[in-house]
Amino acid sequence: MTSFRAITALAIAALLVTWGCSEPAPVAGNTLQRGLPSDPETLDHHKARSVQAAEVLRDLGEGLAAYTATGELVPAAAERWDVSDDGLTYTFRLRDGLKWSNGDALTAAHFVAGMRRLVNPATAAFYAQMIVDIENADGIVSGDIPVSMLGVEAPDDRTVVLRLVQPTPYLTGLLTHPSTFPIHPGAFETHGDGFARPGKLVSNGAYRLDAWVPGSLVSLKRNPHYWNDAATSIDAVNYHVVVQNAAELNRYRAGELHVTSTVPTDSFAQVRDEYGAQLRIAPYLSVYYYGFNLTKAPFSDNPALREALSMAIDRELLAEKVLGRGERPAYSWVPPGVHNYEPPRLAFAALNKQERERLARLRYKEAGYGPDEPLQVEVRYNTNDTNKRIAVAIQAMWREVLGIEATLINEEFQVLLANMRAAEITQVFRSSWIGDYNDAHTFLSILQKGSPANMPRYASDEYDDLMARAAAQVDPERRRLYLEEAERVLLSDHPVIPLYVWVSRHLVSPQVSGWGDNVLDYHYSQHLSLKTTD
Amino acid sequence: MLRYTLLRILGAIPTLLLVIALAFVMVHAAPGGPFADDRVVSPDIEANLNTAYDLDDPLPKQFLRYVGGLLRGDLGPSFRYVDRSVSELIGGALPYSLMLGAAAMSLALVLGVGAGTLAALRQDSVLDRLIMGFSMTGISIPVFVVAPALILLFAVKLKWLPAGWSGAPGVGRYVLPVVTLALPQIAYIARLTRASLIDVLGRDFIRTARAQGLGTATVVRVHALKPAMLPVLSYLGPAIAAILTGSVVVEEVFGIPGVGQFFVRGALNRDYTLVLGIVVFYASLIVALNLVVDVLYGVIDPRVRYR
Amino acid sequence: MSRTIKASAVFLGVVALLALVGPWLSPNDYVTTNFEKLLAPPSVGGMHFFGTDDLGRDLFVRTMLGVRVTLIVAIVASMVSLVIGVAYGAVAGYVGGRVDAAMMRAVDTLYALPFIFFVILLMVAFERNFLLIFVAIGAINWLDMARIVRGQTLSLREREFVEAARLAGAGTTRIIFRHIAPNLVGIVVVYVTLTIPQAILVESFLSFLGLGVQEPQTSLGALVNAGVGRMESASWTLLIPAALLALILMSFNFLGDGLRDHFDARQAS
Repeated sequence: MTSFRAITALAIAALLVTWGCSEPAPVAGNTLQRGLPSDPETLDHHKARSVQAAEVLRDLGEGLAAYTATGELVPAAAERWDVSDDGLTYTFRLRDGLKWSNGDALTAAHFVAGMRRLVNPATAAFYAQMIVDIENADGIVSGDIPVSMLGVEAPDDRTVVLRLVQPTPYLTGLLTHPSTFPIHPGAFETHGDGFARPGKLVSNGAYRLDAWVPGSLVSLKRNPHYWNDAATSIDAVNYHVVVQNAAELNRYRAGELHVTSTVPTDSFAQVRDEYGAQLRIAPYLSVYYYGFNLTKAPFSDNPALREALSMAIDRELLAEKVLGRGERPAYSWVPPGVHNYEPPRLAFAALNKQERERLARLRYKEAGYGPDEPLQVEVRYNTNDTNKRIAVAIQAMWREVLGIEATLINEEFQVLLANMRAAEITQVFRSSWIGDYNDAHTFLSILQKGSPANMPRYASDEYDDLMARAAAQVDPERRRLYLEEAERVLLSDHPVIPLYVWVSRHLVSPQVSGWGDNVLDYHYSQHLSLKTTD
Repeated sequence: MLRYTLLRILGAIPTLLLVIALAFVMVHAAPGGPFADDRVVSPDIEANLNTAYDLDDPLPKQFLRYVGGLLRGDLGPSFRYVDRSVSELIGGALPYSLMLGAAAMSLALVLGVGAGTLAALRQDSVLDRLIMGFSMTGISIPVFVVAPALILLFAVKLKWLPAGWSGAPGVGRYVLPVVTLALPQIAYIARLTRASLIDVLGRDFIRTARAQGLGTATVVRVHALKPAMLPVLSYLGPAIAAILTGSVVVEEVFGIPGVGQFFVRGALNRDYTLVLGIVVFYASLIVALNLVVDVLYGVIDPRVRYR
Repeated sequence: MSRTIKASAVFLGVVALLALVGPWLSPNDYVTTNFEKLLAPPSVGGMHFFGTDDLGRDLFVRTMLGVRVTLIVAIVASMVSLVIGVAYGAVAGYVGGRVDAAMMRAVDTLYALPFIFFVILLMVAFERNFLLIFVAIGAINWLDMARIVRGQTLSLREREFVEAARLAGAGTTRIIFRHIAPNLVGIVVVYVTLTIPQAILVESFLSFLGLGVQEPQTSLGALVNAGVGRMESASWTLLIPAALLALILMSFNFLGDGLRDHFDARQAS
């Protein structure tokens, strides 16, 4: 009976609570409905950390530079910029008459304030390392230098000057990232850390925040004060949080979404047959790889073994049969399509399958293993359908080509992360890297000694030296050559097995025009327009 | 009565403390942390984050601070939703979860008791077999299969109802989630009602009533249904648990921003405070409601004594 | 006993047997992948009686394995709940008085806890080990068992044979385990039969959340969950395991209900 009373009371409570609990009415008419695979954790652009939050933030705010629909870097809030001959000073000239979404004037000082807040230790911003190349940023983040010493200045209302510690050719690419966007000082001072909410957030992008139900919906409306508002076609954007890919597909099929964030693995073939041209697939600036734990046996001092394992994997089979959704086999660490970079390839890439397998067996034997002493190895991956397929396939390939006895261990993402970072019990692990900006540096830098994302614990003086030389170059050509040489060293050491390059997959309704494919998978709503059918 | 109430509140405190301690230990025992990501941050940034969220302190101290905050009614800041408090998140999600649960429960009671009664009155008829067959099926198919199947049929193919929840207008968006959640409960309740009613209808006092010339409808309504409801009522406890479990699935599949979804995401993202907050909230809510209802019973029915 | 009970018992027996010996009826094993035969539909000639999954693994063998794992999980979980529940309920019922009141109050409190949340936390905290799944599921289910056993014990306590044992100088422990426990067997068997399907459902729920058994092992819940996404494109990956799951659940429910009626009738007479 106790339970009966409890449920009665619960029901009463429910009715009381739901009383007067109403939803913002969905905007009709020229509204773009987009899917978002997870909730933006915050719309405070300095504290946000997820790709999903960044996607929404690129609609809400604008940095000094931005990308076109097809991924070309263009001036945004800045109309132009100059770089000093030593590559260390960038001077940005802001557009005339820039305004915030509440009509206030947007000045260079707001960009300075934004970047200072980003590196301020009190903000504890996840992306503070984004502008680590700016003078004193490092020391400010660690709390050793006052925030005012950051090498960003506003000599006048329309000029922003950035001083760098080393030439950073990809700097303007970084300035498209929401963490470098300006901040409206008034809104922040009035509302404190809770300023990024509907009714409080003052933004400078093509849209402003209208409503937000955590876990469900973020609604944006056109910002009439945006400098390029005349070119904005869509009046309102609804981002629907749909965690399950299959559910997102259903919503698209039911006509509730114009653009999906992905296409579920299971339904890919069906979707391709059914929707044809509505399916947009493009290479994504990313690499999916298996890493070796280089601090422990059996992989620490055995490059031949690492090479054998890498060679025994049939990447074409993985990409075409096991995945079969447009992924491309990876023979390099930096994916193809990166600006001003031609990735070198793994030495065995030119061989055919038989030659590769023969060579793999040879290396395996050199490494001290064979049919009588098979390698026993644990492969860890985080629980996920694709990871499972890849792991099972690789387990089979290793067994067939080399006779390796691999044990698959799937772990929850957080557990895998903790294990990778500890580098104690891991042997082979699955990981991936997504480029933060369109430059080889975003991939190559993580394998430098001491980089926190260096999961295999790769440590090569030769590699680090080449990376340091590249960093000091102002000339883009010479820099490129150093970076490519560094990758050649990396690939011959086999600290990782690059497996394939991800693709972005979207379903885009025929009503939407202006969609462009790009390696960063950025899709600004302001570039799109909607044909209303009814 | 005041003394009784106070005693009950005092009695609930150790239970709640135990729950909090248990949940606290479990979330912190989980490997990883709220700031772990494959996009690993530099040690300096991690230190700043740990300082900002007081994760530097030893666990016992963190626990005491958490309990201290609870006493002031503060569930702390969420780790993932960096600029929101846990109270705000639960407060926002709760109406949806409660509405979903309450609607599903009401539907299950009405349909379940109705179908069960019908089956009992037409025992061994085709109708009875149909109802029981349906109810057995309802129990035997997991919610995570029923939900997508219903979406496929009613939203994608027939386009009668919205497939998703966010932004869909009106009551329509509640229909599929509520039905999905209610289905297995309808089935259970129908079975319970039928069995119990058949049992009651066989008893002497019903025979007496019938002998007095009362019609079936009257007999059932006036005499039989009330005693037959007892097993159904005692089933409602497990039903709450089942609805809670089911709503995690339903919220995931339909994208309803309810408490269940926040809990699962929170646990996977190591949002310590959010997970703890939800556990604490649910436990205290149930304890508190039990207390309120017990006290109210006393007010309504003086025969209930407080000991 | 009715035909339904017999049919259920026979079905469960056949399924259990198949789960044990089924894998030998097929030339395939549960791990070997075949990228030439991804998602092949069921065929007897192709030696894939239930078709293949998205990695070309034979679904017949995997389904049999899944049934085996699911049954083991459910039975062991029920045993855990049985041991805790019977011990707790028998002690509370036999000792009675304040102890009983306190123990039953504790059960009421535990009922109030959001248990499924704790199971999720357990899975997250201690990674997923197979044993833990049993224990976690069992830990949810013992409360009903404790209540029922207590009720039975309360009435048994007053019966002559218990009185006789007490007069003969038997201690509490001896009375509970020697005299009361054997008389609880009937009702306990019924409730175990009804607990098993609940445990199976919890297992499938954990699989849905991705917190279930490890690859390449599988369970019916995991197979069904994998099949849901291919509802339209490869329906057999959903329909076969889902039908088996449903039939197993139904059989246990029919069996439990039937046994309960049978037991009640015997008690009434």
